[in-house]
Amino acid sequence: MVAAESITVHYGARRALSGVSLGVAAGEWHGVLGPNGGGKSTLFRVLATLLRPDEGRFTVAGETAAERIRARIGVVFQSQSLDRRLTVAQNLEAQGNLYGLAGAVLAGRTERLLRQFQLTGREHEPVEQLSGGLARRVEIAKALLHEPAVLLLDEPTTGLDPAARREWLDLLTALRRERELTLLMTTHLLDEAERCDRLTLLHEGRVAAGGTPAALKGEVGGDVVEFGTADPARVAARYAEASPVVGEGWVRFVTPGGARFAAQVADALPGVIESIAVQRPTLEDVFFRYTGARL
Amino acid sequence: MKFRLAAWALGRRELQRFWGERSRVAGYVASPLLFWVVVGSGFGDLEYFFAGALTMTVMFSAMFSMMSLIEDRREGFLLSVLVSPAPRAAIVLGKVGGAALLAWLQGLIVLGGVFFTSLRHDAAALAGVAGALLLTALLLTVVSYVVAWRLRSTQGFHAVINLLLVPAWMLSGAIFNPALSFAWVRVLMQVNPLYYAQSLVRAFLVDSGPEGPDVRVAAAVLVVSTLLAGVAAVRGTK
Repeated sequence: MVAAESITVHYGARRALSGVSLGVAAGEWHGVLGPNGGGKSTLFRVLATLLRPDEGRFTVAGETAAERIRARIGVVFQSQSLDRRLTVAQNLEAQGNLYGLAGAVLAGRTERLLRQFQLTGREHEPVEQLSGGLARRVEIAKALLHEPAVLLLDEPTTGLDPAARREWLDLLTALRRERELTLLMTTHLLDEAERCDRLTLLHEGRVAAGGTPAALKGEVGGDVVEFGTADPARVAARYAEASPVVGEGWVRFVTPGGARFAAQVADALPGVIESIAVQRPTLEDVFFRYTGARL
Repeated sequence: MKFRLAAWALGRRELQRFWGERSRVAGYVASPLLFWVVVGSGFGDLEYFFAGALTMTVMFSAMFSMMSLIEDRREGFLLSVLVSPAPRAAIVLGKVGGAALLAWLQGLIVLGGVFFTSLRHDAAALAGVAGALLLTALLLTVVSYVVAWRLRSTQGFHAVINLLLVPAWMLSGAIFNPALSFAWVRVLMQVNPLYYAQSLVRAFLVDSGPEGPDVRVAAAVLVVSTLLAGVAAVRGTK
């Protein structure tokens, strides 16, 4: 549904994207995971037809021309794209008109979406009077009005409190059960990335890794054991063969049989180890493994 | 059909936003009237300055409408307009059309002041001034659009507008009589589209004088300038 090949973008002398390729199958929820400044938003701007890449090409829903792609994508921006002074209904009407929708067709779709997103009864309120969570729901209703094949979302939960964020992600999950919809979402948040079918890890403008969250975590190989200690260098030196990663006040290992290893280290270095955490690898560990950087 | 619908959506939005903010309505009508009375009284010539107050009303309205464009397009409503399949010319037409209509209506309200002067205010004169103000509103709105689209901040917009439009308005014959100015000022005026706008407005308010360009020439200059700026606006919209 989305295929990008060797996308390169320069901002002046700086390379924001270097040869990024990515494929998203129909009906897939695809996440682009990376830290801020890693190139996610640039990639999003390219796919949303706001920025022409310096090199490379891409197709969305089989289309290559920007004008035709625009008709097939729904876009949710990181910042609010609703006119705060207008009411919910006025915003949706303007959006529908921009996509050539009017009259009974537009009215029917608007009503359906308002109902689906539990916005019925609020349609005549100015957007500036809505809570952040509600406004975000209007935002996605707006993006779905023309029934796009692909929904592009740029860090869509920015600025929402944890409860509103969860609610919003549940909404996306429910949405996918109801209709054939391909989602491409950028994020730097682990729990959001966990919900995706597949991920592309983006770091310093390059693709660092890709795959399903489970497969990516499987590649880390073993458990993650982190020791809190005042003397991380000593712990690392003693277990150098287990490839420790040293931080300020902590040492971290990735090893099979994490619990056994943790006990062994604690016994061998009494008084040095202050705390122990053993866990299954997270996407953060995956990211660290491929880039040496943290999210 | 799609073109008209998209343009209408954006034009209608300008009106809806304006109507939602009543203080803007009051401010834009009251301030030019006040300006007219204060500056006109200062010069001791309220009637000469009336035409200048009309074009000033239209100019400020056009400028303020386009100021919102800068933030709107970086993070806001216009971003979603830009990723929509709406033709770029429809975007320009809608935005400019809506803003120009507002600017024009404000000019018309100030035009009501003509009844307190001895300037012409028969139906033909009023219709002529209204037409002249409409052309002026379109020109100023589309020029403001082109400027706003190129700039990254509202501060930058202020700076450029103050350097470009405000002096152009001052050199339009709005505050002093071109016939009484230095030769080099008169040359500058000849290449200033706002001079033609000002002359056109004045032509319908006073009982004919030999000064100033022909009405048809003035109108043609305004139309051509607006069309040229319109092409620049459509090209710049991306």
